[in-house]
Amino acid sequence: MSEILVLVDHAEGEVKKVTLELLTLARTLGTPAAVWAGPGITADAKARLAEYGAEKIYVAGADDIVEYVVAPKAELLAQLVAAKSPAAVLVAATAEGKEVAGRLAIKTDSGVITDAVGLGEGFVADQSIFGGGINVHSRVRKGTPIVAVRPNSTAPVAAAGAGTEEEITVTLSDAAKAARVVERVKQEKGARPELTEAAIVVSGGRGVGSAENFSVIEGLADALGAAVGASRAATDAGWYPHQFQVGQTGKTVSPQLYIAAGISGAIQHRAGMQTAKTIVAINKDPEAPIFELADYGVVGDLHQVVPQLTEEINKRK
Amino acid sequence: MNIVVCVKQVPDTATERKLRSDDNTLDRDAADGVVNELDEYAVEEALKLKEAHGGEVTVLTMGPGKATDTIRKALAMGADKAVHLSDDALHGSDALSTSYAMAQVLKKIGFDLVILGSESTDARTGVLAAMLAERLGTAQLTLANKVEVEGSSIRIQRLTDYGFDRVEATLPAVVSVVEKINEPRYPSFKGIMAAKKKPVETLAIGDASIDAGQVGLAAAWSEVVDFAAAPPRAAGTIVKDEGDGGAKAADFLASKKFI
Repeated sequence: MSEILVLVDHAEGEVKKVTLELLTLARTLGTPAAVWAGPGITADAKARLAEYGAEKIYVAGADDIVEYVVAPKAELLAQLVAAKSPAAVLVAATAEGKEVAGRLAIKTDSGVITDAVGLGEGFVADQSIFGGGINVHSRVRKGTPIVAVRPNSTAPVAAAGAGTEEEITVTLSDAAKAARVVERVKQEKGARPELTEAAIVVSGGRGVGSAENFSVIEGLADALGAAVGASRAATDAGWYPHQFQVGQTGKTVSPQLYIAAGISGAIQHRAGMQTAKTIVAINKDPEAPIFELADYGVVGDLHQVVPQLTEEINKRK
Repeated sequence: MNIVVCVKQVPDTATERKLRSDDNTLDRDAADGVVNELDEYAVEEALKLKEAHGGEVTVLTMGPGKATDTIRKALAMGADKAVHLSDDALHGSDALSTSYAMAQVLKKIGFDLVILGSESTDARTGVLAAMLAERLGTAQLTLANKVEVEGSSIRIQRLTDYGFDRVEATLPAVVSVVEKINEPRYPSFKGIMAAKKKPVETLAIGDASIDAGQVGLAAAWSEVVDFAAAPPRAAGTIVKDEGDGGAKAADFLASKKFI
């Protein structure tokens, strides 16, 4: 079977969960080959990639791959597409992953699909558009299919691959070095999982009422090992930082479980969470549209319901 | 500084958005057209940079005739002039064709800085700015929540999963901005009146050396095979909190093996 390149998403030497999902998906369509961009690959990371089916691991470990914005990763992948003629290239549908995919598409004269939530035979992708209202099948018509797949689209399943390492050297063009990263600023996010990758997300909205009250949402999130999200109403009010906003102009999440507390469920919010597998809503207003989506809903005051839920979870652990 | 701000007319999220059953493209007649919300931040950022450094702000849009409403809004906010790329041959263009066509226009009209919203609320691909940088061979300064220009140098803060990167480049550059980078101004009455007199140049593909074989539905690199309305989610269980709502929700989570 032909090779499918999977661009590895990694931070501080660790492989992110979405990459294991992509390797799992790639195994159903071909032979997965992981592509590691930048320095810092560890023996553990290689073992992890092999554990989830990477037959090959291409390592482009030079510093300059990550010293410039996006373009070097696209050049690396374009070089591999030319050399290895893969059947497809998969990247995580993060903001940066999609940008890499976009540049790669131009370099290889190939079509690109973004935000796939599934991928089947012939690389036909499932997409959910217009706030989850329409399901679309789409495919690439020219070149090598380049598909950006949303985190949590599939459950990662281990199945060992050979994990044969091959070192890759890329000579970057001048154009790829136009935007230089001079400093990386890491903001404290504590022990919580990343919002777009998290299997469980607990979000608070207007009903939370204040910045201080978000501790109630965080308490539930921590009991579940979940990420914290917020609706636009909550971020606009300054109760929670903007980077945690879920919705049309914020992050799109697709977790196994989404708990919406004090969120009415306007279309702008639904656009960011409607592909969640299970949805639980807690809201005072029985008419809130969020209940139309909910697998389980509690009509009540989140300030009573959420702490009780948190306590119950901690009790049952 | 010669700033070009790219704006897109999108269907209003508040109305029902549809695809056309004949060719699987966006049904632009089904919903009201509005300015893509994130592009309003791009216009505001362009105006602020002009106010600080001088120069001119040109609005560029690609879209059918009715996209002139979007152009007028950006002009009313304070942009100086506009270029409207409008041609039936562009109908059904995907991201690759769109970036090609826009890049051809940008090469023709010239720029020091191109500014866009980080994505559109309809297609939401989030790739156009990166694609323009690739096609134009200029610096990609995307996902910015802060932009600073000094002479020919430009610095941004690029949002990342872990916080942000400080990124620098030399002009020309393509910048995309995220929500909350600024507070977009409302057009004043005076601005709305003035916008009516500002020049809007309409270009067909031939005017910008755009090859008809590289744009439109027939040339698209990707296609929608089919689509269907998402099946409604099965009706859930809704309970009223009688002092035990949290415990009941915990029972539900336990039944689904989340706890």
